[in-house]
Amino acid sequence: MSNWWTNLTRPGLKKKAEEKKPDPKRETPDGLWIKCPTTGELIYQQDLEASNWVTPAGFHMRIGPAQRFKQVFDDGAGTPIALPDVPRDPLRFKDDKRYVDRLKAARAKVERDDCMAASEGRIGGARAVVLVQDFEFMGGSLGMAAGEAFITAAQHAVKAKCALICVAAAGGARMQEGILSLMQMPRTTLAIQELKRAGLPYIVVLTDPTTGGVTASYAMLGDIHIAEPGALIGFAGPRVIEQTIRQKLPDGFQRAEYLLEKGMVDMVVDRRQLKQTLAALLSILLANREDSARDGDGATDAKPAATVQPLVRPARTAAPARPPRAKAAE
Amino acid sequence: MRNYLEFEKSIAEIEAKIEELSALTAQSGAETMGVEISRLKQKAEKQLQDVYAKLDPWQKTQVARHPDRPRFRDYVAGLVSDFVELSGDRQFGEDAAILGGLGKFMGRSAVLIGHEKGRTTQERLKHNFGMALPEGYRKAVRLMDMAEQFKLPVITLVDTAGAYPGIGAEERGQAEAIARSTERCLTLGVPLISVIVGEGGSGGAVALAAGNKVLMLEHAIYSVISPEGAASILWKDSGRAKDAAVAMKITAQDLRDLSVIDDIVTEPTGGAHRDPDAAIAAVGKAVLAQLDSLGNMDASALQAQRADRFYAIGRLGVSSNPAH
Repeated sequence: MSNWWTNLTRPGLKKKAEEKKPDPKRETPDGLWIKCPTTGELIYQQDLEASNWVTPAGFHMRIGPAQRFKQVFDDGAGTPIALPDVPRDPLRFKDDKRYVDRLKAARAKVERDDCMAASEGRIGGARAVVLVQDFEFMGGSLGMAAGEAFITAAQHAVKAKCALICVAAAGGARMQEGILSLMQMPRTTLAIQELKRAGLPYIVVLTDPTTGGVTASYAMLGDIHIAEPGALIGFAGPRVIEQTIRQKLPDGFQRAEYLLEKGMVDMVVDRRQLKQTLAALLSILLANREDSARDGDGATDAKPAATVQPLVRPARTAAPARPPRAKAAE
Repeated sequence: MRNYLEFEKSIAEIEAKIEELSALTAQSGAETMGVEISRLKQKAEKQLQDVYAKLDPWQKTQVARHPDRPRFRDYVAGLVSDFVELSGDRQFGEDAAILGGLGKFMGRSAVLIGHEKGRTTQERLKHNFGMALPEGYRKAVRLMDMAEQFKLPVITLVDTAGAYPGIGAEERGQAEAIARSTERCLTLGVPLISVIVGEGGSGGAVALAAGNKVLMLEHAIYSVISPEGAASILWKDSGRAKDAAVAMKITAQDLRDLSVIDDIVTEPTGGAHRDPDAAIAAVGKAVLAQLDSLGNMDASALQAQRADRFYAIGRLGVSSNPAH
């Protein structure tokens, strides 16, 4: 905290940020100062970037795929995975605006075709496919493009024999694609089955917000569920629930910490510890695979969390290898 | 007393007249009204045919929600012998919004699972208007596990506005329960035939409808969100539900064109509620035909067929808009 405060008290000494501009919505007009949504405190953008967009008060600001890849991959980017084209506007949907126009506007904003981006790379040496859902693109809503992206990422992981990590963020289904959006629930579930059959880890990182059909499908089917602090996670949105039951919802309802208490997520992890948490999980989950996705000895570059046991190479025999912890106890 | 929908007004008037004349005839014992009555009956029938041949999506929504439409229990009574209802999710409780059990479906041993909305006020409250809690979906998973264990086909009847949005439901993992139920449908090693008999509302519906074959009654609807819900989000005005119903393509006819469903079960003239027995029989016949079509498939073939079926949705048969 004191570091943050020190930084804040001497903005004049800071050099101008030269990196490309983040989303204008997150900025003050001069592009250098960003307001903490909880405390109203002004934070120097470079500092915020350096702390993975977590404010001094611990508020986790929404981030997009590029920032997420930068944060979790050993090389800060990974190799992008090409995502398939899908039929655009299959229902020729129009409300106040045409859906195609909404898509155009959203595309211009993020310079991507839809809300998902996928990359393959190493996390603490272990190979993984990371799929990130961008709330900035039409609320991260799950439509055909996102569903197809999920399937592609999962199948890519199966082929590469590595884990899939999905960083979810969505208000729910994309209404403009009607039933075809709903069909992404079983479709993505099928892709998870492919990972399961291949014995590969599927880890979900639930970020703010993850609701609706996304939560009711791939976001709740992980081997491991990690939630970001304070993230809103649920099936129905709070407003819908309030309208249905006609009473105010309790404080903290549907927040990450609440889900942890109710047994729906394994852990709430500060974003600044996410990478080392993922690295630790992957190294253990993949430790006894014969065809380990830890190949290429990237593992030696890893900086695993302190709690992680040293990796033990699986024995090249038919007998199943013992978990490293058991070995250490002998 | 029949429940008439708003667009059935003209039919209601004719039928009221028929009733009046019939009463008069019965009183007087005279046969003089007979000709007029049969003329009116023909007229009513013709009007009913005309109206129901071109229902718009919003009218279909009302038919799909009709209070007299056959419910899960009606289908069971009509099609299943030796039905033994099973209760509870073995984890937290029993949810009467989803019912299930074992029985002989048109002579064949099967597991039946479906939403039940109830009919009387008391029943509706008991069944929570067909809006399930996590326990309902977990019971469904339990029954599907049992079906797999005893190699019984599963038949699901879908009729829900959606899963219940409440504090307890969220607390106990509504989203997870739905996701697991969908997953269980997809991993089943026995045939699963799903029929959307009334409302197929969102995730709460798809959780029971990820079948090898998905059928839909002629005037049923199936959508990602209720027309009212979509209207209140898109236009901030739930009164524009009709526009939303049209835009979202929620009718059986639209969904067959999109290959989301495999076949449409024709309803009696004037909708399933006019002649529930005929509607129930039609569903029975259609389900049996689909079960037969899957007859020789083993577990892995059934799983593969389901995967192919759902993976194909949106990839084939859906043309992209050439305008852009």
